Amino acid sequence: MAKKYELNEIEVWDGNMAAAHALRQAQVDIVAAYPITPSTPIVQNYSKFLADGYVDGEFIMVESEHSAMSGCVAASAAGVRAATATSSQGFALMAEVLYQASGMRLPIVLTVVNRALAAPLNVNGDHSDMYLGRDAGWINLCSYNPQEAYDLTLMAFKIGEDLNVRLPVMVHQDGFICSHTAQNVRPLQDEEAHEFVGEYKPVNTMLDVANPVTHGVQTEEDWHFEHKARQHNDLMNSFGTIKKIFNEFKERTGRTYDLVYTYKMDDADVAIFALGTTVESARIAADKMREKGVKAGVVSLRVFRPFPFKEVAEALSNVKAVAAMDRSAPGGTFGALFNEISAAMLAHGKSPIVLNYIYGLGGRDTTIDMLKGVYEDLDKCAKAGEAVVPMQQFLGLRGPKLSFY
Amino acid sequence: MAKDLKEVKNIDEIKDLGWDELIPGAALFSFTEPVEDVVEVPAEERPYAPTNSHEWQVGDWRVEKPVYNRDLCIDCQFCWVFCPDISILSRDKKMIGVIYEHCKGCGICVEVCPTNPKSLLMFPEHMENEEALSQWPKKEEKK
Repeated sequence: MAKKYELNEIEVWDGNMAAAHALRQAQVDIVAAYPITPSTPIVQNYSKFLADGYVDGEFIMVESEHSAMSGCVAASAAGVRAATATSSQGFALMAEVLYQASGMRLPIVLTVVNRALAAPLNVNGDHSDMYLGRDAGWINLCSYNPQEAYDLTLMAFKIGEDLNVRLPVMVHQDGFICSHTAQNVRPLQDEEAHEFVGEYKPVNTMLDVANPVTHGVQTEEDWHFEHKARQHNDLMNSFGTIKKIFNEFKERTGRTYDLVYTYKMDDADVAIFALGTTVESARIAADKMREKGVKAGVVSLRVFRPFPFKEVAEALSNVKAVAAMDRSAPGGTFGALFNEISAAMLAHGKSPIVLNYIYGLGGRDTTIDMLKGVYEDLDKCAKAGEAVVPMQQFLGLRGPKLSFY
Repeated sequence: MAKDLKEVKNIDEIKDLGWDELIPGAALFSFTEPVEDVVEVPAEERPYAPTNSHEWQVGDWRVEKPVYNRDLCIDCQFCWVFCPDISILSRDKKMIGVIYEHCKGCGICVEVCPTNPKSLLMFPEHMENEEALSQWPKKEEKK
């Protein structure tokens, strides 16, 4: 039995330490990892916990992220709890195996510290890797600070391992801004955290030799479609389980999580829709704009996949203009969030003005002043009743203004 | 939850399953009931599940077939080890023959056969095995 780690009521942890403690408290059986900036300290801390006797499981040092996720897939299929961490290029290298994990319905937990994708090489944060993996069939949870990185990582195990879900879960946090910024975190004590997560429940395991089972079989046109339909169905229906577990967590800790996060949206005319650490800056910008008489609000997601279509449309149902903030290079179209929230609102018969801001690529600072500028743009559009600024703009970019449409 | 594929007795029943009846996770069971010490149970007596690859036959892919000559075989088991479709029938480490329902005619067994002349050779699919055996080549002399 692993040693108990004595924790204070309030710990000063960065996002990486928070995630590492969540993995430790979940008593993951196998962590197979290849460290990569900025997620390195997660597995570094975890291996230290293991060396010091605070973890019962195994730590497998592999030679690449492809192997790290492959190791997790093998361990999970064999019948144990598995988790790992990665960022950016490592995430990209895992991409192939991410689909294996979700297709094989293995509840692996992957803590992703979001970072830009090369070229040019960059270790700082943006959401390129999150967007790269958004169609991989995983549940995607988004945290904005170390406390949430800790909470959501604990909940990720419980969500993915639920017998109605059985899907892998990613927990995202922003590279450096969250992962390397120490803040107050209120952890659960070890017994309470482990009791919350629960013992691992193996399903159709490969090591059950009395009931041999083949995993990840070849299906071709005969069954592939049905398997994918089933996977999609269970992913789309996981909202219920996610909400249930958010509630259980609230009962235990008093901390509230919901599919969609809204701030001052009850009477908002204009809203910023963002992911990651920008959400907290946007809240302050909204407060400052309200002092100037602009009814500003913030909407964000806790759950990026499955995408809470209905809740997003509802949250934005009364706004006149909304800014979709995409922290990823758009690659020849509007940003992903722009497309998704536009579609969500259109499908629900709402047509506010939607602007698309590309911001913060490769760790570029996004200040509260910039976000106030976004609100000013939105306010202008809302008052004019039409888009009087370009639909797609680049925020905080040096040189002449770059905008499209 | 999914229909237990272990209950399915007939392979055609699987074709009628809907997406909501499949076992999640592209996972397939090998047997309809637990089998202890499976190595000791001959293939024909194993309770193969309809989802076991044993039930999926690829024999009709073949254009050439391997023919087996007992007189030349030294029971080295190379063909059994290397066959990718487990189409070589072996009992107590003695070669018995080829399972033509599963053999897709890849020729690996012939390639790895170490005897001289080889005790497995590829022949046209339409040729009777007796005729093939009558045409077997003679031992090749070392030069």
